[in-house]
Amino acid sequence: MHNAHFFLYLAVTAGITYLVRMVPLVLVKRKIRNRFLLSFLHYIPYAVLSVMTVPAIFYATESHWSAAAGLLAALVAAYFERSLLFVAASACGAVFVVEVLLRFLG
Amino acid sequence: MKKKEEFIRGIRDGLPICFGYISVSFAFGIFAVASGLGTLEALFLSMANVTSAGQFAAVPIIAAGGSLLELALMQLVINARYALMSLSLSQRLGADIRMRDRFLIAFVNTDEVFAVAAGQGKAVERRYMHGLILTPFLGWSVGTLLGAAAGDILPGILVSALGVAIYGMFVAIVLPSAKKSKPTALCVLLAIFLSCLFYYIPVLQNIPGGFSIIICAVAASAVMAAVRPVVEIEEVDHA
Repeated sequence: MHNAHFFLYLAVTAGITYLVRMVPLVLVKRKIRNRFLLSFLHYIPYAVLSVMTVPAIFYATESHWSAAAGLLAALVAAYFERSLLFVAASACGAVFVVEVLLRFLG
Repeated sequence: MKKKEEFIRGIRDGLPICFGYISVSFAFGIFAVASGLGTLEALFLSMANVTSAGQFAAVPIIAAGGSLLELALMQLVINARYALMSLSLSQRLGADIRMRDRFLIAFVNTDEVFAVAAGQGKAVERRYMHGLILTPFLGWSVGTLLGAAAGDILPGILVSALGVAIYGMFVAIVLPSAKKSKPTALCVLLAIFLSCLFYYIPVLQNIPGGFSIIICAVAASAVMAAVRPVVEIEEVDHA
C-alpha cells in the first residue's frame, strides 16, 4: 500500500475515534442533576461491559468449552473479589488447561 | 507527595489492563500483518486509535483500499459507545482535572480504563488518571509491535488463552458491583439477555456489532434508571 494512502486511512480511523471520545468529555463540564440521567450513567458501564462479554466470550477461544471454563474461572475469582490481574489470569489459565486437555482427548 | 502516590496508584491499577492489552494487541499485530499491512502501519494504527474493535474492523478495509466513507461510518458506529463512557466519565472527574487533561484522558478512554475509573466510586484525580492511562497505552503499542513482528512464533493455543484476558477483566469489574447491588445485578442480566437476542436472532444479527452494543446497553440502563433510580450516585466529592 502507498504510504500516502495509508496515512489517509489512519487519519480517518484515529480522527473519528478521538472525536467520539473527546467531545463529551470536553464539553460536559457541568454536574448533571437529573436523577434519571444520573441513574442511567450509573448503570451504563456495567451494561456495556456485560453486553461486550456475553455471548462474545464464547467465540473468543478455540472451543466453546474452553471459553466456558475461562468464564467460570473468572466468575469464581471475581465473586471472591480478587484483583483484576488475578481474575484475568485465572480465565486465561482455565482456557489453556481445557484446550490442552481437549487436544489430548481429541 | 500525595500527588506522586496517586500517580503510582494509577500505574498499579493500569497494569492489569496493560497485560490484558499486550495479549489482545499482540493478536491485532498478527492479524494486521496477515491482512497485508506493514509492521509499522500496524503500530501506527494502535498508537493513534487505542481501541480494539475499531482497529480490527478497520484493517480489512485499509488492506483492500476500501472506501473512506465506509471506514468513517464504521468507526463511528463501533466507537459510539465511547461517547457514553466519556459522558459518564465527565461526571466522575476530580476538581483538579484541567482542560488539557480532558483532551489527554479522552485519547486513552478505552472500555477498560473507563471501567476502572468508574469503578473507583469517587471522583478520580488528575495524577491517578495520568498513571491509569500510561501503562495501558504502552501495553497496547508494545503488544502490537511484538505481534506484528513475531506473530507466528507464539503457538495458537497461547494466543487463544490470552484472548480471554480482557473478558476476565470485565467480569472482575462487573461481578463485585452486581454482588453488592441488586439493581446493578438486574441491569447486568437484562443487558446480557438483550445481547444474546441481538447475537442469535437472525433479523437482529444484521445490525452491526457497534450499534447492537449501544442499543442493548442503552436499553438495559434506561429501563433500570426508570424502574430503580439510584438515590445517591457515588456522590462525587470534590475535596
